[in-house]
Amino acid sequence: MQTEQTLTVKEVDVKDVQVSSFSLFFFRLKLWIKSPTPYLTLLGLILFILTWWLTTEVWKLPRFEKLPGPVSVVTEWISKDPSYGISIYTPEYYQHIWRSIIRVLEAFGLATILGVPLGLFMGWKKTFKDFTFPVMEILRPIPMLAWVPLAILMFPEREMAIIYLTFLASFFATALNALLGVESIDESYFRAAHCLGAKDRHIFFRVVVPGALPFIFTGLQISMGVAWFSLVAGEMLAGEFGLGYLIWNSFILVQYPVIVIAMITLGVIGWASSAMIRFVGTLLMKWQARGLT
Amino acid sequence: MTNTENTCPSGTSEMHKNEPAGGKISIRNATKLYDPDGANVLALDNCSMEIEAGEFCVIVGPSGCGKTTLLNAIAGFHGITSGQIDIDGKMLCSGARKADPGADRIVVFQNGALFPWYTVLENVTFGPAVQGKMSKEVARKEAEQILAEMGLKGILHNYPSEISSGMRRRVEIARAMMNDPNVLLMDEPYRAMDALTKTIMHKNLLDVYDRSKKTVFFITHDLEEAIFLGTKVYVMTTRPGKIKKVINVDLPRPRDYKILSSDRYLELKLEVIESVHEEAKKAFEAGERELA
Amino acid sequence: MTVTKPIYFMGINLRKLRMSIFSKTTARGIFAIIVTVLIWELCSRNNVPIIGMIPAPTSVVGALAEQLTTKAYWQCWVVSYERVLSGFIVAQIFGIPLGLLMGLSLKFRDLTFPTVEILRPIPPLAWVPISVIFWPTPELSMIFVTFLGAFFTMVLNILGGVKNVDIRYIRSAQSLGSSNMDIFRRIVLPATLPSIFTGMTVGIGITWAVVVAAEMIASRSGLGFLTWKSYVAGDYPVIVIGMISIGIAGYISSAVIRMLGNRLTPWCKTQ
Repeated sequence: MQTEQTLTVKEVDVKDVQVSSFSLFFFRLKLWIKSPTPYLTLLGLILFILTWWLTTEVWKLPRFEKLPGPVSVVTEWISKDPSYGISIYTPEYYQHIWRSIIRVLEAFGLATILGVPLGLFMGWKKTFKDFTFPVMEILRPIPMLAWVPLAILMFPEREMAIIYLTFLASFFATALNALLGVESIDESYFRAAHCLGAKDRHIFFRVVVPGALPFIFTGLQISMGVAWFSLVAGEMLAGEFGLGYLIWNSFILVQYPVIVIAMITLGVIGWASSAMIRFVGTLLMKWQARGLT
Repeated sequence: MTNTENTCPSGTSEMHKNEPAGGKISIRNATKLYDPDGANVLALDNCSMEIEAGEFCVIVGPSGCGKTTLLNAIAGFHGITSGQIDIDGKMLCSGARKADPGADRIVVFQNGALFPWYTVLENVTFGPAVQGKMSKEVARKEAEQILAEMGLKGILHNYPSEISSGMRRRVEIARAMMNDPNVLLMDEPYRAMDALTKTIMHKNLLDVYDRSKKTVFFITHDLEEAIFLGTKVYVMTTRPGKIKKVINVDLPRPRDYKILSSDRYLELKLEVIESVHEEAKKAFEAGERELA
Repeated sequence: MTVTKPIYFMGINLRKLRMSIFSKTTARGIFAIIVTVLIWELCSRNNVPIIGMIPAPTSVVGALAEQLTTKAYWQCWVVSYERVLSGFIVAQIFGIPLGLLMGLSLKFRDLTFPTVEILRPIPPLAWVPISVIFWPTPELSMIFVTFLGAFFTMVLNILGGVKNVDIRYIRSAQSLGSSNMDIFRRIVLPATLPSIFTGMTVGIGITWAVVVAAEMIASRSGLGFLTWKSYVAGDYPVIVIGMISIGIAGYISSAVIRMLGNRLTPWCKTQ
């Protein structure tokens, strides 16, 4: 259909313009290597370990001397026959790790399955939120640890009590973020969907869920962090296996290097679990990643 | 000077295939009083308009005068406090009853409301998908055709964030047109665009209008755009909004940018500017902030 | 049709306040709370598993009257608050400057980044043993752990806040002739203030969690200890009282921070 126009626009195929993500990655890598960043980072790391080592094992400063230094921690960690029984070659080490991970997964999984739908519903239907939000807001400020005695009363079995505590903390974070996620969705999207004839169930699956996804994933990362926080506390107070228990036990048995081993392990696993969630999030939310920069 | 003679949209070109199927809007004494923060605000005050089926009507007026409120009432996003709006002779909404949003009156939003998590294809076929009226294959073919008519090819599987804002806006119009609405409600759709992109958008919209002869209810601040696109230009007073003046744009269709230098165009432009400027000054002095 | 103007008193919109108190939303909330308490009571009386194990509301209310009149109870409040505040303030003293520095200087951030990132995922409570070994007194060790909890949150939030300062504000200041110090004081600092307060609000919550935990594990005073002691002594209703007290205490401190934040950042009013 032609109309005489002085303007003609040639449509450019978008694919021609896209830079291959592969070459973009390498380009960014080159820039990074050329900048001072990686070297300063390395320097920072070295300085930290150096300070730690000097204060505890070389200069033996007054309060520092009691702390386990990097040398003792590392020798213990990689020794085939560790004096305190925990190193990367002992099965007990992995048993403790495994126990903690399982507990976190159970609690986190439950919190996600219950918390996400609840939060989404609360954000979507104001009436529902009116009924449920106040109760949640009253329970939420109570720190997880304050629940410990009550949890022990409620669940006579220690294992259940620990999982319950971990679950509770995660649950609130997940539900709250899902709620905020739905509330962050621009009103226009709901209106557009209505205009196009969408019914309630369409709106839920096609607008509410995808729209809240970014917040949900932020919430899941926070929830994972909180889960580890509560789990460690729970294990320290009442557990029989697990990294938290290991920390507390080594403290009591004066096996200090193990404390640090367990702490670092915790840090690494905690970071890895958050990173995994972030990764899954990026996969599910392709539309964000592929935006034009 | 108000020209009350109704001129039908130009039927000289052999391009338009469809007669207007519906979409005659009658607004009578619409008043809207609402209540943000405990202060009652009168947004519309006995606003009345008669819009013919197939008319491209443009509403202009200063910020906060109630244009969007009127559009939202027709769209069904909120109601009016008193008065009545009819569509094709049947009551749409009144003081007692709010309308429900529906696929016969589709809105194109100011900042765009393409679902960012769906590809272009999924967006455009959203209407048929949720209404269940077309099979996937048919919907896909139709979507491809409508997009092609708009000059958009090969972006079916891209996400909105990967295409330019001009393309996005056209996709949104395509998404609306897939559902064959009676009325297209457009709330300053080209506001955030640069002048060059706007010229492409105008050509595109006029093509769509000429082909389909839908009723278009178009809100804008841009007076040149208003006269270039519209059959009738309605000037609204500052808040509370009423219709101040109706200006008949009797420029022939199809329109192209050559008419921007025609005498008639310049006359119309002057008429509109004078009318709007008066209201804009009042709004400015009253310190009006833009309402959402 | 009457068009009225809002009435303000001490910065609060009175009509809006009245509307929100007497609204359907409040009614539903109150209804839900009453129903929850009723269910709680019923479960307790019928020994329903899990929920029924929680001491009944009636017994809690009974014990409440007694607690509120004992000096020891209020003493717990004071002690816990002292701990929370000391740890929290130390976290601010170290966290705010560090966060600002990390945000402003790329070099500094690169240097400190690995240390912060490695230490951050370690839950604060995992630090308790090391803290106890290191510090001479239990109080100091508790303050250290508390500090760690709030510290990382603060740094993270401030970092985000500094990064998000719109570059246009800085450029405007530069074109208006400001020195670097000026830009820092008048642009960066106020612009980061909201994120500082967000960090504080989250941080105080974490601080409470840590203090309560520490009190349960290793202390003889404070609200956390009260809760734990009641469990050990079989005085179960007081557990619930302890928990509620902690919740309220935490809520009050968060609310105070939020109010302070709103006061100091009046430009952040949301519509």
